Amino acid sequence: MVRVGGFIVAVTIALALFGPVLSPYDTSSQELARRLEGPSAGHPFGLDELGRDILTRIASGARISLMVGLAVVSVSSVVGMFFGSIAGYFGGRVDDVISRVIDVLMAFPGILLAIALVAVLGPSLVNVVIALSVIGWVGYARLVRGQALRAREFEFVQAARALGANPGRIVLRHVLPTAFPSVVVQGTLGMAGAIIAEASLSFLGLGVQPPTPSWGTMLDAGRSHLFDAPHLTIFPGMAIALLVLGFNFLGDGLRDRIDPKMQR
Amino acid sequence: MSRYLVRRLLLTIPVLLGVATLVFALIHLVPGDPAQAMLGEGAEQEEIASLRTALGLDRPLLAQYGSFLSGLVRGDLGKSFRYNTPVTEQIREKLPNTALLAMAAMGVAIVFAIPLGIIAAVYRGRAPDHIAMTIALAGISMPNFWLGPLMAILFAVYLGWLPVSGTGTPAHLVLPAVTLGAALSAILARMTRASLLEELRELYVLAARARGLSGTRAILRHAFRNSLIPVVTIIGLQFGAVLTGTIITETIFSWPGLGRLLIQAINYRDYPLVQGCILFISVTYVAMNLLTDLTYGLLDPRIRYD
Repeated sequence: MVRVGGFIVAVTIALALFGPVLSPYDTSSQELARRLEGPSAGHPFGLDELGRDILTRIASGARISLMVGLAVVSVSSVVGMFFGSIAGYFGGRVDDVISRVIDVLMAFPGILLAIALVAVLGPSLVNVVIALSVIGWVGYARLVRGQALRAREFEFVQAARALGANPGRIVLRHVLPTAFPSVVVQGTLGMAGAIIAEASLSFLGLGVQPPTPSWGTMLDAGRSHLFDAPHLTIFPGMAIALLVLGFNFLGDGLRDRIDPKMQR
Repeated sequence: MSRYLVRRLLLTIPVLLGVATLVFALIHLVPGDPAQAMLGEGAEQEEIASLRTALGLDRPLLAQYGSFLSGLVRGDLGKSFRYNTPVTEQIREKLPNTALLAMAAMGVAIVFAIPLGIIAAVYRGRAPDHIAMTIALAGISMPNFWLGPLMAILFAVYLGWLPVSGTGTPAHLVLPAVTLGAALSAILARMTRASLLEELRELYVLAARARGLSGTRAILRHAFRNSLIPVVTIIGLQFGAVLTGTIITETIFSWPGLGRLLIQAINYRDYPLVQGCILFISVTYVAMNLLTDLTYGLLDPRIRYD
C-alpha cells in the first residue's frame, strides 16, 4: 500500500515539477480555433473551452494542489502540536480552555467553516490556506494532546523534570517526539483532505481564481460542457481522485507500519 | 438514563453558543466595511451609511452581539439583503428540497451498502469480497464534484435516461441522491463488513449453526442484527457529512436547496443570508450528533456518559 501510494504521489510531484517546463504549451496559450477539441496526439488530454492544453494545465494544477496541501498540513500541524502539547502536558485551566475551543470547532462541519471563512475573506489561494488551517489544526491538537497526556507519565519525562529541565524543553525534546509518528500519519492523510477541500472550494468558485489552473476550477469550467466536451471533466477529476487515493494509501500504509497492532 | 440525557443536553449549550459566536464573528472578518462590500465599489456614502444602520453595524460590538443572540432565541436570523425578506423565510422555502435530497442519499447509501458489506463479509478473502471492497474504495476516493458530472455524462448525455439538472419528478432526484450517497455508501459497506466479520467469530453464531441453522439464516437472523449497532451509529454520525455534501451536490445539479442558497448568497455578498444558512446547517449538524449519541445510549445500555 505504501509503495502504490508513494508511486502515485511521486509521479504527481514529478508532473508538477517538470510538466509545465517540458510541455511545449503554456498554461495560458490559446488555440481558439481548436477549442473543446478532444484528445489527440498533440494534446493527449484535449483542449479546454479557451483552446488551452489540458495536460499542461493539469500539471500546473498539480503544483497548486500540492502547495495548498503542504501549506495547510504544515501550518495546522505546527499550530496543533503547539496547543495540543501544552494542553496535554500542563493540564488544568490551560487544558480546559484549549479543549473547549477544540470541542466547538469539532462541532462545526469543517468544510462549512472553510466556506464561511473564504466567503467573508474573499476567494484567493492564501485565504483557502488560512481557512483550511483554521479547521485543520484541531485534529492535530487533539491527537497530540492525547499523546502528551500519556507522555507526561513516562519515566524519562519525569526524570527530565526531576533534573530541573524547564517545561518548554521537556515538551520540545521529550513529549513532542513521542507524538511525532502519529502526526506524520495524520499529516499524510491531511494532504488528501486538504487537496479535496481546495478542489471543492475552487469548484464552488471560492478558491483559486481563473486563469490560474486549479483542478477544482477546471472541473467547474467543465460543467457547462458536459454535453459537447466531457474530457474537460474527466481528466482533471481523474487527477484529483488519483492523488487523493495516493495520499490515503500512503497514510494508511504508514499507520500500519508504525502501529504494530494494525498489522495482520 | 435521565441523568445522562440532562448532562449531554447541558454540554450542548456551550457548543451551540460557540457556534453562534463564530457565526456572529464572521461578518466582522470581512476586510474593510461589510456594508461597502455588499453594495460594491460604486456605492454612495449615504447608501453605505443607511445599510450600516440597517445591519446594526454602527452600534457597539457588544450590543450587536446581544441583539444577535436575542434574535436567535426568538428565531429571528435577520433580513436577507438581496431578497429583502426574513432569512428564516428563505431557509424554510429551501429546506424541504435539501431534506428530501439528504434523505434520498441516505436511503441510496443504505440500500447499496448493506448487501455489499454482507457479501464481502460472507465471501471474505475471495473474489466477491475484493470486488465489493474495490467498489467501496472507489466510492471513498472519488470526490462528489467529479462523480456527479461523470454520472451526468453517462446517464444524461450518452444514455439519455435521466435529466441532468433541476427538480420536479423522481427522476430528477436520482443523480443527485446517488452522487451524495456514494461516499456514505462506501463507508457503510466497509463498516458492515468489519462489524459482521467481528460478529461471525462469536460463539453464539457457532451455537446457532450447531442447532442446525443454515449458514445464511445464522448470518441474517443472528450475526447481522448485532452487527447493525455500529452501522447505525455511523449512519447518524455521517449525517453531517451528507448535510455539508448537499452544498456541492446542489451546485452540480442546480438543485434548489439550502446549499445552493448559501453559495448564491456568498456570490451576492448577502451576509445576513450567509450567516443564517451557516448557522442553520451547523445547528442541525450539532443536533444530529446529539441525537445519534442519545440513540446509541438507548440501543446499548452499557454506554454511560460517566
